Amino acid sequence: MVTTATSARAWQLLAAVPDPEIPVLSVVDLGIVRAVEEYDDGRRVAVTLTPTYSGCPATEVIARDVRTALEASYDVVDVRTQLSPAWTTDWMSDAAKDKLRGFGIAPPAGRVMLPLVDVGTPAACPRCGSPSVEELAGFGSTPCKALWRCQACREPFDYFKKH
Amino acid sequence: MSPTSEQLLSYADGALVLSHRLSEWMSNAPTVEEDIALGNIALDLLGQARGLLQTLGDEDQLAYFRDGQEFRNPLLCELPNGDFAHTMIRQLFADAWFAEVWADLAADNTVDADVRGVAEKAVKENAYHWRHSSAWVVRLGDGTDESHRRTHDALDALWPYRGEIASDHWYSRVEPVLAHATLTTPGRDAWTQRSSSDGWHTEHLGYLLAEMQSLARAHPGATW
Repeated sequence: MVTTATSARAWQLLAAVPDPEIPVLSVVDLGIVRAVEEYDDGRRVAVTLTPTYSGCPATEVIARDVRTALEASYDVVDVRTQLSPAWTTDWMSDAAKDKLRGFGIAPPAGRVMLPLVDVGTPAACPRCGSPSVEELAGFGSTPCKALWRCQACREPFDYFKKH
Repeated sequence: MSPTSEQLLSYADGALVLSHRLSEWMSNAPTVEEDIALGNIALDLLGQARGLLQTLGDEDQLAYFRDGQEFRNPLLCELPNGDFAHTMIRQLFADAWFAEVWADLAADNTVDADVRGVAEKAVKENAYHWRHSSAWVVRLGDGTDESHRRTHDALDALWPYRGEIASDHWYSRVEPVLAHATLTTPGRDAWTQRSSSDGWHTEHLGYLLAEMQSLARAHPGATW
């Protein structure tokens, strides 16, 4: 990531752009902002985004929201897409994982090893904290999540899959 | 060796056509969790197809304005859904094919960076698809008498379509799952369909394209 004093203003604006499907996380929390560069004495900015999933419907909404947020402070905004290296949940910060937990979503358990054979088990129920959890379905309400259930409090919850 | 644009087109068309087939299950899957799972897998495949088509030309032109003979998807991908067992055997075969396709592209430093980027992403998405299809094939094959019979029927019906996607690697992935599912294949040497690489397709593709392409063709150039 390119983080220079001159692009701090852009990073600040980006930190306030929420993920449209998991609004507790910003696009910076998600780890999809790969680079921010300013040009022309701060009148122009270029942001490089890396999509989370190939077909995630939020990708185009995010690009639009990023553009709108930056246009409030820059004359020219370039939003670029970079596919390689592919996004991974390893790029989410610990703070982002805490936010997910507070929102009722179990964060990805552990780092990603390729090939992705071990898809991980949520460390604990995000509601009651019990480690006794079971998978209900490998796919959930968005591409990034699976549906699990706590065996202690019996509540179903989302698990943000390792990816 | 770098893939040719014809090969990339076969991967893109395979993902696009299979995505459309899976989308036909929406609101009709056996359970709501399966509806969601098949929808998620269809969405991943659609994104993978778009990513590759964008490197080959205008994605809308390629998806909506080519006729059947110009599509290069493996025949397996265009076959009708049938019952849930058919859909899961078809998915197992396709997932095993894509596993090799994406891994090879992701490891190939000579391919276009965007193609490699699509593949790096797809490798991980495919791992979840394979986990889903292989678990279902075992559950259905090693399940009740009826689920075993119907899954075996599906295997017998789809095995002849493996020819253009099966490699040693493919067999080494698929055969242990089928064995675990107590299903017996007709064997590696059994007869197989010819490939689709010259534009030869089953009669099913035309109907699929008629539905997939009708809106874009009725309103050419339309935008949201």
